[in-house]
Order: sequence, then structure tokens, then C-alpha cells
Amino acid sequence: MATHLILQKIFKTGIVSEPMPEADPSLRTRMQELQADLLKVFGRALAIRHVDAGSCNGCELEIHAINGPQYNIEGMGIKFAASPRHVDVLLVTGPVSRNLETALKRTYDATPEPKWVVAMGDCGCNGGIFGESYASCGKISNVIPVDVEVPGCPPDPVTLLKGILAAVSGGR
Amino acid sequence: MKIAGHEWDLASLGNHVWRGRIAAAELLAFAQSVKDEGGQLVALWGSDDRQLFPLSPGGRGAGGEGAGFAIHAAFITAAGLAWVSAELLADTPAYPDLAVIFPQADRMQRATHDLLGIQAEGAVDGRKWLRHGAWPEGSFPLRKDFDAEVVRELDAYPFIRVEGDGPHEIPVGPIHAGTIEPGHFRFSIIGDRVLKLEQRLGYTHKGIEKRFEGMDLATGAKLAGRVSGDSHSAYAWAYCMAVETATGYEVPERALWLRALFLEIERVANHLGDLGYLGNDVALSFGFMQFWRLKEELLRLSGRLFGHRYLFDRIIPGGAAVDLTDGSELLALAGRLEAEVRELKAIYDEHPTLQDRMANTGIVAPALAARLGLTGLAGRASAQAWDARVQFPQTPYDRLDVGMSTHRRGDVLARAEVRFAEVVESLRLIRAIVQGIPAGAIAVPVRVPDKVTEGIGWVEGWRGEILVAVRIGADGKLDRVHPHDPSWQNWPLLEVGILGNIVPDFPLINKSFNLSYSGQDL
Repeated sequence: MATHLILQKIFKTGIVSEPMPEADPSLRTRMQELQADLLKVFGRALAIRHVDAGSCNGCELEIHAINGPQYNIEGMGIKFAASPRHVDVLLVTGPVSRNLETALKRTYDATPEPKWVVAMGDCGCNGGIFGESYASCGKISNVIPVDVEVPGCPPDPVTLLKGILAAVSGGR
Repeated sequence: MKIAGHEWDLASLGNHVWRGRIAAAELLAFAQSVKDEGGQLVALWGSDDRQLFPLSPGGRGAGGEGAGFAIHAAFITAAGLAWVSAELLADTPAYPDLAVIFPQADRMQRATHDLLGIQAEGAVDGRKWLRHGAWPEGSFPLRKDFDAEVVRELDAYPFIRVEGDGPHEIPVGPIHAGTIEPGHFRFSIIGDRVLKLEQRLGYTHKGIEKRFEGMDLATGAKLAGRVSGDSHSAYAWAYCMAVETATGYEVPERALWLRALFLEIERVANHLGDLGYLGNDVALSFGFMQFWRLKEELLRLSGRLFGHRYLFDRIIPGGAAVDLTDGSELLALAGRLEAEVRELKAIYDEHPTLQDRMANTGIVAPALAARLGLTGLAGRASAQAWDARVQFPQTPYDRLDVGMSTHRRGDVLARAEVRFAEVVESLRLIRAIVQGIPAGAIAVPVRVPDKVTEGIGWVEGWRGEILVAVRIGADGKLDRVHPHDPSWQNWPLLEVGILGNIVPDFPLINKSFNLSYSGQDL
């Protein structure tokens, strides 16, 4: 029976989740007012909306990875939500293609205040290998305000988590 | 070369690759002879040859070239990959519509028009494809005289409406609800049942082909690998194969074995991730957690052994950027992964909900798959028995005797089964490569040619065949690069596979194909 096999496998596997890394404040590019006060209320109940604004899908691989058991971000109170109206943080991968520029702006506008934007990957931070062209707006901050930039191609899961935590960790 | 009894003037261009130039008027006859033989159209693209330096006397295609535009098509034939080009007039570039023979040509022809202004004469669907509002009609980015300072215009796209009492539309995207790439799906439904699905893609179009122009060969490999990040090694290898064919330098054998090792690791990693998500999409989060635990272990070992979790930039023109010093950890992990995957497969096989959701869902019947050109792992799940590693093996696959997995059901379950079989086979290949890899250098310096040269590379990526065509200018820089993703052929089959299914099964069916947006949007 499948149930029997599943339980057996779960017990054999055990808990593989690892401790959460600390926030890395050096990744922050912008400091919003009220942030520290708000975070006392937030604690670590954080909702994130991922927006692919034109990436090669490499960064998405690592976003999937942090949902896996070793990183277990849901266990830390961080969850990915399906609508920008439900979230505190937009996690944006880029470069921003001109065909998605409007959709990204609308997503940003649809996200309630207070909100933070994490730009993920070299392309999101500086346009990367695609740069700016007839089809690409380049980095995320060319289109919407960005609070944290996480470089890497793609950034590894630990660096990504440090960046997400930096967005909401106040000045500490 | 002979195709279905016709003699065509094609010359060998590397292992299992054929190259020829024909008149535009002969394209239909050529395509028909490929079709008669049971072959398929793989890719179609254009180029602006108006400013091309004339090829050296006696070189391929000498005489007359450089006058106008060209249309290129790559076909799979019994003898391998056939790449034909036809010259087109500079002022009215046009060629006959190939979609009447190979329906998969439709979107590629529309994209070629958007980017180059080359017209497929007689095509039924004249709508734009990659052009949204970022550049205006009548302006063509891949023309060499394209003015980058273009005005935006409002985007309008005429979807095909389902009329009558009862049906209504669900528009989804471009920004999707999960961690997925952006695209638009327009469902026309009655109740929960899908009457029609129409896709609108092109949102991640970031001008990759234009970006290649004028790039040096080494940077080109990095960009090629980022056409679709999940298929990095396949693209980088196909690009390097094309450059190596064009310039004629020999890559050390050890480097080819390393490239195959990277490609198989990439295949295993992606298949493990997909098998996890297929479990997740039928509410078996156990499956997601188990497969992603295994995938993460493989990624971490790749990072430790080769310096990058996804092996980015490890394949370079001339060879490989990193060597395998000690394969023992890889051998051990491959063995353990295989044992655990077999355990998990036994659970998937026995799980009633999973079987119920996956079996008979999202069916693409073999006859339809053949007619519309379904390819890669989705093709093999619908009895399309093509795998470049099997039929047309390059080194080292010619020494590894790759086994191919096929099914006839063409449903979500068949696509999962093919993944299971391919994970096990790739783990065997990884062990065989680690044990059999020859000693020697891993790279040679790249000689930059001083005349116009061309080449094509063709690699069986985890999703299907990845093809990269390259033309290098007399200045040694890239003049024209066309990367082709199998998602071009397979996206239209997703529109067909969902018909008659219920809307809540769409995420599952979509994941079972797991197609690339970036790879087709370019």
C-alpha cells in the first residue's frame, strides 16, 4: 500500500531542514521609513509574490529550491502567495522585458503598502548579459523602486534567503 | 543526399549534419520529401545577408550570396539533420508557407516576420507573434539597419473567440500565480470543461538574437546558455558545437565526455524537479519534498565538484572550463539516487489519487503528435521515437549505447513514466562517463577565422532537441546566431492536449510538458 510506503519513507528520511541564515543588510539598496516599527508587528510572517519580468528561468530554479525541504522557508513563516494583493514582498527576476514592463508596474501598484521589492539575479540588479535594448529595459530599478538587490547568476539559495530577510529586517 | 527517392544537393557538415542551398521555390518540394520519409521540421529562421561579406572563392555558397535576405530551415531526416537555406530578394523577401506541410512552422514563420520582415506567402495565420508593443509594425529588429530608437505602440492581439450560448473566457497571465514564467492563456470553457485554449507568448522576448550580433565567441557561449537557464548545458554545448564546426578546430575527447556528463546531470536535475512538482500538483506534497531533497543533493554536489550548482559557463568554445578530478562522490550519489528514485516510483505507481489524476489526462495521441511535430520527452511519451543521442550520437554517446524510453498513451502519466525511465538511464550514463572518461586536455585555444564561416550544433537536451545555428563574420565576431528550443514545437500541442479536460487539470497537464517560455520568446 502506498500509505505504508510513504510513512516508511518519511521516517527513514527524517528531518533534513537546515537552520535559516541571518539577514545580510549589505544587500539593501534603499531604506524605507517606518520599516523598523512595522517589522516589530510583522515578526516573520511574510508573504512573497514572485514576478518573472523576463528572466532566462535560471533564477526560478533557485526560488523553487528554497521551497524544498532543506531550506523549508514555509517552516520559517515565509510563504509564496498567488496574488500581489496578498503580499508584503515582490521577488522580481529580470531583466525587465519591454513586453512585461506594463504588467510589472501594474503588479507593483496592486501590492498594498507597506511593500518591499527584492531584485534577484545579475539581470535584475544590473541588466546582466541581456542589458538594455529594443526589447529589454535592463535592471528592475529602471521600472519600479527596489529595496534589496541579490546578485548572482543565479544567486544560491542561502544568498537569496539572506536578501529576502534583509528586506524586512529593519536597520538591524 | 537522397531523401524519399529525391536527390538533393546537400553536403556533409560534420557528424550526422547536412547542409545545402536551394531556391525558395524548391522549399515546399524539399519539405514534402522530408515529410514523405517520416521526418520533421525542427527549426525555421531568417537572416539579413544584405551586408554580408562575400564568402571566399570556392567556399560554401560562394557567388551571389549577400544580396538580400535568407530563410533557413532545419529538418530531421533518416540521415540526420538537414539544414537548407534559400536566398530571398532584398526588397520583397518572401518564401512559400511551410505550415501546410509542417504545422509547427506557423509560429516560427510569424516570429521570423516580426523580427526580419520576411513573409511566408499564403500563410493562414498572419498575426504577429513575438512583437507586442515594444516596436512598431514595419520595423524589424534583426535587420542590420534597424534603428534601436523605436516608439512603443499599444499592444492589441486578436484572440479567436468561441461564440454561442454558454461558453465564457478565462484570461490567465501574463503574470502567473506560481513561480512560473510569464505568458498568457485564454481559456474558452463550458462549465469546467475546456473548449479551446489559445496561448499568447513572447512576453519574455528580450532581444537575445540581436544581442548576439557583434559578440565575441566566448561571450556568445554565456549568452547561449542563458536562452533557457534550465537547459544551460544543452544550449552551451550546441552553441560550441556550431562554433567548432564553423571554425574547424578539434575539441579534446575528454572535454566532450565532460560536456555529456554536464548534460546528463542537467537532465537528471530537471526530471527530478518535475517529478516532484507532478506529485505536488496532485496534492501529494510528499512527492515534492522527496524529489526536491534528491535534486538539492545533486545540485550541491555539482556546486562542490564543478563550481556551479547548475553548471553555468562550464562548457566553453574549445572544450570545458572545469575538469573532473575525483568521480567517487558522483558515482556514490548516482547509485543512491537511483535506489531512492525506484522507491519513490513504487509509491507513485501504487498511489490511487495520483494514478487517477494522471492517467487519461491531457492526452496527445501518437497520430496527432506525428502530424504536429511533438518532440523531445513529450514526443517520446506519444510514441515519437526520436532521441538525437540514440539515432545520431555524437562523441561520447556513440560509445555509451543510450537506451530510449517511449510510451503510446500520450497522457500526463506517460510523460511522468518517460521521466522516470530517463532519470535511471541518465544515472547509468553518469556512472559510465565517470568510469570511462579518457585522460587528456580539457580545452584547446580557439582560433578565430578571418573569413565568414557557419556551423550548426544539435544536442538532445532534457526537454528535447536544442539547436543552435551560428554564422561568424570575417572580423571573427558573431554575425548571426539562432538558438532553437523544442518548446516551439510543443507549445501548440499543449493547446490540443487540454481540450475536453477540466480547467483544474491544466496546471498538471502544463507541468507534465514543462515548456520553456524564455527559450521560445528569445
